Amino acid sequence: MTSHLDGNALAGPLADFFSFDITTATGRCKACGTVAELARAMVYVSGAGTVVRCATCDHVLAVLVDTGERAWIDLAGVSAIEVRR
Amino acid sequence: MSFITRGFTGRGRERDDRLPPGQTLVGDFPVLSAGPTPDIDTADWAFTIRTESGTEHSWNWDEFMALPIEDVTTDIHCVTHWSKLGTGWRGVSLDTLFADVDTELEYTMAHSYGGYTTNVPLDDLLDGKAWVAFEYDGEPLDPEHGGPARLLVPHLYFWKSAKWVRGLEMMADDEPGFWEQNGYHLRGDPWKEERYW
Repeated sequence: MTSHLDGNALAGPLADFFSFDITTATGRCKACGTVAELARAMVYVSGAGTVVRCATCDHVLAVLVDTGERAWIDLAGVSAIEVRR
Repeated sequence: MSFITRGFTGRGRERDDRLPPGQTLVGDFPVLSAGPTPDIDTADWAFTIRTESGTEHSWNWDEFMALPIEDVTTDIHCVTHWSKLGTGWRGVSLDTLFADVDTELEYTMAHSYGGYTTNVPLDDLLDGKAWVAFEYDGEPLDPEHGGPARLLVPHLYFWKSAKWVRGLEMMADDEPGFWEQNGYHLRGDPWKEERYW
């Protein structure tokens, strides 16, 4: 069985994209509507990329691909991200 | 006499010409997954080709196993820079599966149990270039490697060889699949190093 990490593993990879600690932000899953801190998501890390899945419904929230020189982020599975200042 | 000779480096250091650029040989079989490993009983398994007319050509496990089965020995190349040479598979050729499929469309989207998708031009699936494989190295395909059955398109990077494949949908255009939407190349030819956009 492929194991996964929790969303805290995203702190480093997402630092390129967000100037705040994104793992403490909450996001809404487009598939099931669950609103949860990103740190609670399920994170599958492989050489091809990082896939972030909703801990409630397993739907893909985000995908990160990093070649070292180039990086992509897809947040299509998240309908909104809330940041508290 | 030439000062440049391969003799000084030794034969062991010569690059294997079966290795595409940027690839390294591995002995093991690394597992790359974008999610949990689906647990698919062959009793619940089916493979379906859906055309533009809505026609579905579908095989359950028993029907699939009754099709002509081929032994395939091939090199495989993962975009994460590992290659394995001479890997052994058994499966059904896509030529067999498309024999009675009537389509004018040139592209396919492979769909997997668990939701993974990858786009493959039909030309890359036909003429002895691709299979739906259910055995690796003489054993039923392990779920971690895509069992009960995976696509095998060895002349493209291995992310195109969709694990847990459940069907192909004909497409008019070459729409990107899961990784192709996120930076990976639409086609993925390892000899051209088509890794990313």
